[in-house]
Amino acid sequence: MTKNNIESKVVLMQGNEAVTRGALDAGVNFFAGYPITPSTEIAEICSTELPRRGGKFIQMEDEIASISAIIGASLAGAKSMTATSGPGFSLMQEGIGFAKMTETPCVVVNVMRGGPSTGLPTKPSQADIMQSRWGNHGDAPAIVLYPNSVLEGYELAIRAVNLSEKYRTCVVLLMDEVLGHMRETVTLPDLEKVKIINRIKPTIPPEWYKHYEDHPKYIHPLASYGEGYRFHVTGLAHDAYGFPTNRADETAIMMERLDKKIKHHLNDLVQIESFYMDDARTAIFAAGISARAAKTAVMMARKSGKKVGLLRPLTIWPFPDDAIRKYMKNVRNIFVPELNQGQLLNEVKRAMGGVWNYESRRSRKIIPIQKNDGQLITPADIINKMKEVK
Amino acid sequence: MGKKIFKKEIRLSGSGGQGLITAGIILARAAVLDKANVTQMQSYGPESRGGASRADVIISNAEFYYPEATRFDVLLALTQEACDKYSVNLKDDGILIADNTFVKNISLLDTEIYELPFTDIAHKKLGTKLPTNIITLGFLVRKTGVVSEASLKKAVTNSVKPQYVDLNNKALKIGYKLADEYLIKD
Repeated sequence: MTKNNIESKVVLMQGNEAVTRGALDAGVNFFAGYPITPSTEIAEICSTELPRRGGKFIQMEDEIASISAIIGASLAGAKSMTATSGPGFSLMQEGIGFAKMTETPCVVVNVMRGGPSTGLPTKPSQADIMQSRWGNHGDAPAIVLYPNSVLEGYELAIRAVNLSEKYRTCVVLLMDEVLGHMRETVTLPDLEKVKIINRIKPTIPPEWYKHYEDHPKYIHPLASYGEGYRFHVTGLAHDAYGFPTNRADETAIMMERLDKKIKHHLNDLVQIESFYMDDARTAIFAAGISARAAKTAVMMARKSGKKVGLLRPLTIWPFPDDAIRKYMKNVRNIFVPELNQGQLLNEVKRAMGGVWNYESRRSRKIIPIQKNDGQLITPADIINKMKEVK
Repeated sequence: MGKKIFKKEIRLSGSGGQGLITAGIILARAAVLDKANVTQMQSYGPESRGGASRADVIISNAEFYYPEATRFDVLLALTQEACDKYSVNLKDDGILIADNTFVKNISLLDTEIYELPFTDIAHKKLGTKLPTNIITLGFLVRKTGVVSEASLKKAVTNSVKPQYVDLNNKALKIGYKLADEYLIKD
């Protein structure tokens, strides 16, 4: 079979499979992981596909080892990834912080399941939204992407790898259990049309190389071990060569870079979908699988003449504050359906703070629709809540 | 002439190990061969056998968003528990197919109901209970026409190991025959 035959055909594909295909198409050639429901298929497919493509698959002894292995592989030049779920994601936080601190590209897929602890392994949950932002200790921003369909799982997996390479950081791809296990009709794009980003390599002689050289755009070239460039990597605060430092001036430069390289590129990073928002009087803000219910709810409401729209983040962190303010300025009520106890709700409230004036604030509301019992929010749940509030 | 929009929500329900998720995937693959839009999702517990298990398949020629079946056009129930739990969400003109090897009590009125001991039939005719899911799939497709039978056969062939293709094709034919004979009996 030629490549085109596979790529441009309409297929029935599972979410986890799509994420794996996307990552492989983006050039991931190293996977280390500890399989866990509902992300297992990602490890399973990598274990057969990577060796076939000349890549490496390692099943590690736990999740701490897994994240450490992909960071090491990345420093040696690989595009690396791991996949996990809630319990494993908790264990990986230390490593995720290390990847951010050492500015090492890597991708962590977290197919969310019910928690806390081992919780509900085979049931959906959206309760890791805050952990994906604040899970690691210390002050550092996060890039987190969140698809709502199988095809988007493929696309955002590619984007996650690209962004990790571009911004030299750990990018998290959040998935819903339902999305990971669900199958749907997908038309994959031609591989030739897929945009791939690779890390910038230093062009200077090895003896001039600084692993953390400051750059006007806060993103700097990255050498790999084994290419003749010498550099030191530590989780301690470090200077431009990577050696530990306690100096305030050097620490400030480092911390500023971690922050600014994300904040100066919000236009590149933030992605949203506006679904019937242009004339909307009532808005829904939802992500992932809950946005699928919201879309059906929007169509049902529109059918009965109600001007309802949906705003959906594809990039959940950095949070799309500006887009929310722009699209929600003139709506009356905002409904926030989510499979947790208000992780998105409070962010929407924060983003909307001060946008509505005092007078209008009294008649306008941000209304939660929440479930955390392992069941999905249905379109009817959203419609019923809207009728209730009116 | 405009294309008529159709959307069929199908729930296959029973307990873990009865092959419902496999049946759901096969049905979805058949629908893809028919060039329809399809979602297939599932719900099951952490155990590999036992425990409630179900697969939802939604087939449409239009775009749709929510992937879970909420009001069923077709419900297949292979256990009493599944039948009790889900039959209330059948559409008024929906179809219930129940395996009365296990489903002994159906409390629905005015609904199109088909009851057969599929599991017993599989055991008697094929010497194994395993292809019960494929027999019921054959029955379901002949009765409802949610996918074409040519696509279903292709999907079964593509989905099972080569050494089991014959067995499953036999199961499919048994399902079709049961559907035809049910009509005569009625």
